[in-house]
Amino acid sequence: MAENIPTVKHQVIIQPSKGWFSLQLGALWQYRELLYFLVWRDIKVRYKQTALGITWVILQPVVSMVVFTALFGNLLGVPSGDVPYPIFSYTALLPWNYFASSINKSSTSLVMNTNLVTKVYFPRMVIPISSILSGLIDFGFGFIVLIGLMLYYHVPPTWTILFLPAFLLLAMLTALGFGFWLSALNVRYRDINYLVPYLIQIWMYLTPVIYPTSLIPEQFRFVLALNPMTAVVEGFRWALLSPYLETAQAPGIILLFSFLISILVLISGAVFFRRTERTFADII
Amino acid sequence: MSNISIEVDHLSKVYTIGLAKQRHDTLRDQLVDMISAPFQKRKKEQEDGTFWALRDVSFNVMQGEVFGIIGRNGAGKSTLLKLLSRITEPTSGRAVINGRVGSLLEVGTGFHPELTGRENVFLNGAILGMHRSEINRKFDEIVAFAEIDQFLDTPVKRYSSGMYVRLAFAVAAHLEPEILLVDEVLAVGDVEFQKKCLGKMDDVAKLGRTVLFVSHNMNAIQRLCSETIYIDKGKLVEKGLTRDVVSHYISSNFYSAGPREWIKLNDADRVGTGEAYFDAIYYESPSKEIGYKPYSNGPVEFSVMIESNGPRSVSSIAITIFDQYGTKLVNADSVSLGKAVELKAGRNQFKFKINRLHLNPGVYVVGLWMAKSSGNVLDQIYSAIRVDVIDLEEREFGMRIDGAVTCDFQLVTDQM
Repeated sequence: MAENIPTVKHQVIIQPSKGWFSLQLGALWQYRELLYFLVWRDIKVRYKQTALGITWVILQPVVSMVVFTALFGNLLGVPSGDVPYPIFSYTALLPWNYFASSINKSSTSLVMNTNLVTKVYFPRMVIPISSILSGLIDFGFGFIVLIGLMLYYHVPPTWTILFLPAFLLLAMLTALGFGFWLSALNVRYRDINYLVPYLIQIWMYLTPVIYPTSLIPEQFRFVLALNPMTAVVEGFRWALLSPYLETAQAPGIILLFSFLISILVLISGAVFFRRTERTFADII
Repeated sequence: MSNISIEVDHLSKVYTIGLAKQRHDTLRDQLVDMISAPFQKRKKEQEDGTFWALRDVSFNVMQGEVFGIIGRNGAGKSTLLKLLSRITEPTSGRAVINGRVGSLLEVGTGFHPELTGRENVFLNGAILGMHRSEINRKFDEIVAFAEIDQFLDTPVKRYSSGMYVRLAFAVAAHLEPEILLVDEVLAVGDVEFQKKCLGKMDDVAKLGRTVLFVSHNMNAIQRLCSETIYIDKGKLVEKGLTRDVVSHYISSNFYSAGPREWIKLNDADRVGTGEAYFDAIYYESPSKEIGYKPYSNGPVEFSVMIESNGPRSVSSIAITIFDQYGTKLVNADSVSLGKAVELKAGRNQFKFKINRLHLNPGVYVVGLWMAKSSGNVLDQIYSAIRVDVIDLEEREFGMRIDGAVTCDFQLVTDQM
């Protein structure tokens, strides 16, 4: 009768949550397989019907790079140190595009998965996290193109490339922080996802993607420092191209500040998300 | 030793609806409101309506019990399951759950139309909480239960609704949690499939798992559940043996009306797509002496008024007669007559002419059913009206009539 039910009981208490909260890291680990499947689903669906799919992923940063090279590199003569402008911009475009697409995706992630939020239990953080992870595939393809470019321009990597995974991780955590904020806000205010593309566009110009930090006069550099993506982008560039950049490009105060802002956004985002999570199913 | 599987303690869930008027859906509106607030006269009384979806509900479910939850639409049954599934938070009170929970609140949650059947089995299984290894192990069983072997590698968007539901239920049916919460998933799909699902739930129950089952189908509730609760307007109205609770529910949910009057059914507790629905019912027997009431073994006619949103062909319209405990006794279904019924747009009227009603005198409940040839239910009302079947013949010894059904018989001496 009841012999095949294990005697160790898994107990859960359901009650209104008080102010304090937990990050549910244990629960997130428990649901890691669901996270895997959601990422798998996004990737499968993304690449299923379009033959163009993979081509577009590679084309996008390459086209941007070509356009920026023509416009900023050649026409406007933005300095890029000892490195050809195409590579200079591409090394920054790669993490930037990853960030932009992850933000776009994660801001609508909860609303797009309304049926899951209203019918199944799992730690809701799994959803924005899966958006951040599925963007890595596109990043991977873009990275292969980067390797090609580095070979073409004879720009071999140096020891600093060992730091690249750290900066990639920073990119992911930054995207995740904003992802938490935006996805949770989007449940309540549905027009947030219209704001996001505009924000991203302007944001790119406030980040040293197509220009080096040194281009910005000293008194305005604090703007870059407040931008969490500065650390990511400059970090990427430094890790890949350090010997060819001006010494001023090495990680310094600005990067440190930007990194701290990133972490702040991540922590506050997680807190905000967890506190509003209890109302998701009711208002989505 | 019986342990408590679920302990519900004064659980409540409130929604504030008045506030919804002031609540803004967009950031833009919210900002505009905040900026213009000092310039607006504060409204004197803000309508702060509160809606108690669930109010102070308490009950215990023992391990291994199959527990029924019944009530009208909107009574709070689904809210209760959502709370126990941790999808939404209670406003007050608490519940203690001992064991892993699997929730079936909807069939096919998470199915993605672009993915194949095979891929969706894994996705849906993972969403429901199964581990990949578990899904792998049960994959063949799941596919066999769903009967979609040849279509496994086609995208689900090409499936018929029947196939879709079968696959979705097949995955969910193979969940092995200690506690299973099921919300009316049996309301979808055709009759054959529903039988299969009931059978599966029966198996699950026999294995000793605790099951909470929300349904309008009194037959299913009676068959599976030992104990049932009746929820109305968020409150727990009754808890006890299924038979008694079901009977209480039925008796509070039908229109009591005499013969020879059209009884409107707008308030009836119903399920179905509603593209065509029963608007009113009327019944009478030809015997003027007893006030046209139906009597044992006598003829009776039921007329139904059906509103349809367009012309359609309906494979089955049925009048069902239940006893006061919800046991199905009589089913007069047009499908047994072999022909489809044609409905025109707007109002349609049909009459069921029953030649002999083989029921003993007593109190009965009439239900209505209408379904398309695909098996999808257009409208189903479990208890529409109460009907008294009376005793025409006077019995000499003041005998009590037992049993629901009559039969024709004779008594002869048996020659050896």
